[in-house]
Amino acid sequence: MMRALAIAYAVAVYVFIFLPVAMLILFSFQGSQVPVPPFNGPSLKWYAAVLSDKRLTAGLFNSLAVALISSAVATVIGFLAAWGFARYTLKWAGFWKGLISLPLAVSYLIIAMGLLIFFNWAGLPKSLFAVGIGHVVINMPLCFAIIYSQMTETHANIERAARDLGAADWQVLTMVTAPMLWPALFASFFLSVTFSWDEFVISFLLTRFDTTLPVEIWNLLRGGLSPKTNAVGSLVFGVSVILVILFELLAFRKKTA
Amino acid sequence: MKLQSLNRPGWLAVLPALLFTLVFFILPFVGMSIASLTAKGEAFPTLSNYAQFFTKWAYLQGLVNSLEITVIVTVVSILIAYPFAWILANVVPERWQRVALLLAVLPFWTSYVVRSYSWLLVLAEQGIVNDTLQLFGFMDEPVQLANTRFATVTGFVHFFVMLLTLTIYANLKQLSPNYRRAAADLGAGPFRVFWHVILPLTLPGIMVGAFLTFVLAIGDYVTPQILGGNTELVLPQVIMMQFQRRNDIPLSAALSIVLMGVITVVYFACAKWLKLERT
Amino acid sequence: MSALASIENISMHYGPQTALDDVSLEIVPGSYTVLLGPSGSGKTTLLSILGGFLQPTAGRVLIKGEDCTDVVPAKRPTATVFQDYALFPHMTVGDNVGFGLRMRRVAKAERDVQARAMLETVGLPDAFAKKPHQLSGGQRQRVALARALVVEPQLLLLDEPLGALDMKLRRQMQDELKALQKRVGTAFVHVTHDQEEAMALADQIVVMNQGRIEDRGAPERVYARPATRFTANFMGESSNFGKVSVRPEHVVVGQGFDAVVMDVVFQGSFKRVTARLDSGETVFARVAAGASVVAGQRLKLGYAAEHGMEF
Repeated sequence: MMRALAIAYAVAVYVFIFLPVAMLILFSFQGSQVPVPPFNGPSLKWYAAVLSDKRLTAGLFNSLAVALISSAVATVIGFLAAWGFARYTLKWAGFWKGLISLPLAVSYLIIAMGLLIFFNWAGLPKSLFAVGIGHVVINMPLCFAIIYSQMTETHANIERAARDLGAADWQVLTMVTAPMLWPALFASFFLSVTFSWDEFVISFLLTRFDTTLPVEIWNLLRGGLSPKTNAVGSLVFGVSVILVILFELLAFRKKTA
Repeated sequence: MKLQSLNRPGWLAVLPALLFTLVFFILPFVGMSIASLTAKGEAFPTLSNYAQFFTKWAYLQGLVNSLEITVIVTVVSILIAYPFAWILANVVPERWQRVALLLAVLPFWTSYVVRSYSWLLVLAEQGIVNDTLQLFGFMDEPVQLANTRFATVTGFVHFFVMLLTLTIYANLKQLSPNYRRAAADLGAGPFRVFWHVILPLTLPGIMVGAFLTFVLAIGDYVTPQILGGNTELVLPQVIMMQFQRRNDIPLSAALSIVLMGVITVVYFACAKWLKLERT
Repeated sequence: MSALASIENISMHYGPQTALDDVSLEIVPGSYTVLLGPSGSGKTTLLSILGGFLQPTAGRVLIKGEDCTDVVPAKRPTATVFQDYALFPHMTVGDNVGFGLRMRRVAKAERDVQARAMLETVGLPDAFAKKPHQLSGGQRQRVALARALVVEPQLLLLDEPLGALDMKLRRQMQDELKALQKRVGTAFVHVTHDQEEAMALADQIVVMNQGRIEDRGAPERVYARPATRFTANFMGESSNFGKVSVRPEHVVVGQGFDAVVMDVVFQGSFKRVTARLDSGETVFARVAAGASVVAGQRLKLGYAAEHGMEF
């Protein structure tokens, strides 16, 4: 009896969780003009509309570019910082580490506003480049935390062995440390891409004309409920799911290998 | 053993991250703080922006709305997510658990903006919820569900139930199964095992999840803006309004600092509670 | 004396794998039984079935004459001490020990009295108000013992209780466990893979291998006259003289078969001699610490008839 109740509850929660996504995807194939019941379809016209919308495709490309580049930067400088703190005893290390991790505790809205005020004062224009910087600010602490937690004594000993055999610091980093920490680096990069790809507030405040996909979708919302928004939302969701499945498969293959 | 005398490579390595944080995070924050102490027509520094917060009802109301909504969201999300995580961890067969969990958080990967939009669809006047209510005869006419506080709470709860399910599930899984066995062995039935042993042991994890929920929800602009309509504004919306429409940077800076202050207070309260739990 | 607990024809199958194969055993009241065997032998599975944490695929468990096979742990007159102690970290030692009493709806004042008394019995009179994380490994183990004993079970089940302790502490705890069992009088069933531990503690050793009982009986008999070759090898070192196995301390120097010494190792209180018989077999023997035996030396090695083990 308890078991039946438990299963019923779980199903109810699953329905709650999937309801909006189901509506989103279903009505992206809507035949009529409004993405609400009744369903007249299926039709692919909205997907066609999305793919031919220059603003949306530009937004998609911009999102990808910003996500990949800013995540790469965040991962690299996060990795270097993690290595520096893990392998060397630096003065006031605790304080510096805390400083680097600080952005994790601050709302994106505040980070965005701070950067906007700062760029205004410095005379820098709103741009995708500014968004990239904002995304590095929010993602770098995460990369640092993940990679730092994976740097163990075992790794340190392997690096010592490499030095003993004559490797210079930069060689140790690129040929020994980075490959050893590949899972952490990959996880940091992937997580950063996920957060950057989906990020709205910083992109919203720091761009003017060229903007990222979430902001373009936001602009679409001005026009009220439209199956076109459903279509682009479903596409974004589909791509994300595929990426996650790929990640899961890659991670699993690592475990059995 | 760390390389003591050759610290220079270490400093070189951490410098990019440190500089970046200083220039693009600390400096803007300092700038914002300084801006919050300026006002048109007044000498620097001035507290008039902060005074406005306490005197103008609209601003204070924004904070009150934020707090009310965030607390409701946190409590409801935990109440829904805990049993759900429990079922995933203990009722679902072991080899299906990973899949079940992944399914439960799959909608995470719809874009944040898109997710709020899809709730707008669901709660719209001609949307599925209204249609179902009318179908079963509960109502004769569609009910205003979208653009209400209810919609905002629903949108938030949807997101945080997924997040909390993940964290509570992880928490439950890492409890040694011997705790349950020992309690059962000593005579406790299933409910008492939960009440006396499992719940207290997962409480710190719940606290962390609750804090995360609170911080993310109170600083969020998107969900209230899309789902909440323009009636009961929350603090982030108020901040944005000052910024965009009235271009009053000092005021929005001051309001942002107030928001940060609230978050900091809650952080220290949670940290203190967690420390007390340890002893 | 009638059996306190009876394991009748217990089998445990996990699909095609057999963890226990038609095992039967009796536990006598007030006795110390040790289930001894390598990993995978089924000893822990058997203990779990006794405690009610596992349902056997076949067979019965009887405790005090009643069929307890389907009874849940909460209602079974057994108490278990787990390998990781499983002390509730959020409760004080006192509340941990009193937990079982609380489940039996004993009032707080009475619970605390009994808990304090039991903590004295296990040698931790001052631990009542402490939290588990403030105690050492050995102390935590005693708390786990106290918690299980205070509910006065018919059977106390211990799952490799000394595994997490270092050598010296282990020896000490072995003595204390034995003394505690005698003092309290409860029947103990103790699982271990350490044959020395088993011999030190048990009234009855049950040697298990691959889901079956190889041998059972008093430690002296199981050691000196094991029922199977596996038991002989598991209980200690032995050498083969043809079909007969002999323990090193029973090998006699000076009479018997011709042999040449291969190696002599000083072990403190004796010297360990490895020799090869002319028939080709390797034999281990012991000589006095001061004896002068060197590699290459020829000598005769034999044994008394009563020390020969044949299977």
